Amino acid sequence: MLRLLALLLLAFATAAAPAKEAAPAAQDPVLEKRMMALAEELRCLVCQNQTLADSNAPLAGDLRNQVREKMRLGASDAEIVDYMVARYGDFVLYRPPLKLTTALLWFGPLLLLAGGFVVMLRRVLRRRPAQDFEVTASEHKRAAELLAGNEAERR
Amino acid sequence: MNRFILPLAIFVALVALLAVGLTLDPRKVPSPLIGKPAPHFELPLLQEAKQTFTERDMLGKVWILNVWASWCVTCREEHPVLLELAASGVVPIYGLNYKDKREDGLAWLKGMGNPYKLSTFDFDGRVGIDYGVYAVPETYVIDKLGVIRYKCIGPLTPEIVKDKVLPLVQELSRA
Repeated sequence: MLRLLALLLLAFATAAAPAKEAAPAAQDPVLEKRMMALAEELRCLVCQNQTLADSNAPLAGDLRNQVREKMRLGASDAEIVDYMVARYGDFVLYRPPLKLTTALLWFGPLLLLAGGFVVMLRRVLRRRPAQDFEVTASEHKRAAELLAGNEAERR
Repeated sequence: MNRFILPLAIFVALVALLAVGLTLDPRKVPSPLIGKPAPHFELPLLQEAKQTFTERDMLGKVWILNVWASWCVTCREEHPVLLELAASGVVPIYGLNYKDKREDGLAWLKGMGNPYKLSTFDFDGRVGIDYGVYAVPETYVIDKLGVIRYKCIGPLTPEIVKDKVLPLVQELSRA
């Protein structure tokens, strides 16, 4: 009897563990999908190179819940993004808006590319054109002799 | 000789850029809340669950809001600094006990000393989110009009208190 009880308890324990983990997704898969899509666009501030969707930090969990709740209440994605930016700044966005403070971030790579292009162009233009050499008849003859000599030696 | 100058200049500029980068802490993200009114909250007290505290109670005063938790290791490091600041009596410090267990928070204050006029109890971290908290401890200096004037992410150090917090508090108190 005791053994059966223990077995039952064990069965319940294993059944309960994954169920708890997956609960939010099971409740509303459409909303969950929308939430995760938005969370992919937001940075977790605790582990800064992870998205809110990937991060296991407790704060990321709280923020995902917050996003879920807002979506349930009918908030649009833009409203939720504004909510996050109001609290954590543009830094939460993986695609920061184009502003004066982010101009270098957006155009920096282009500037470097343009700089590289200018350097390359200058080098190419500065290179002297290859000169034509006049080969005299005696030089031709000597060249022929050298070639012939080599041929002979090799044999 | 001349052809080495440009690459050398680029190299020196790059080293300078990276050297500056090394002194910056990527965890310290500028808060968009500075210069904005402190977000509204009304929370129960840590010591007395039936009483509540709101930031509106503090209108007309310069005060400090310090976000802390008993599970937060850096808070332990910061605690003596807070105790000293509180003892100086220059500015009142109010605590926001963030995502903590009530008994743990109370035990912390009992064991380590209590620098706070009072501590509010933010069990689910909702108010923390409104204040953009992501790396406890965090500290806010709020002026007489209820506007956040300064935010310190991470522990207050004696240097930060001396160089940033105290001059700001003095300036705001005069206003």
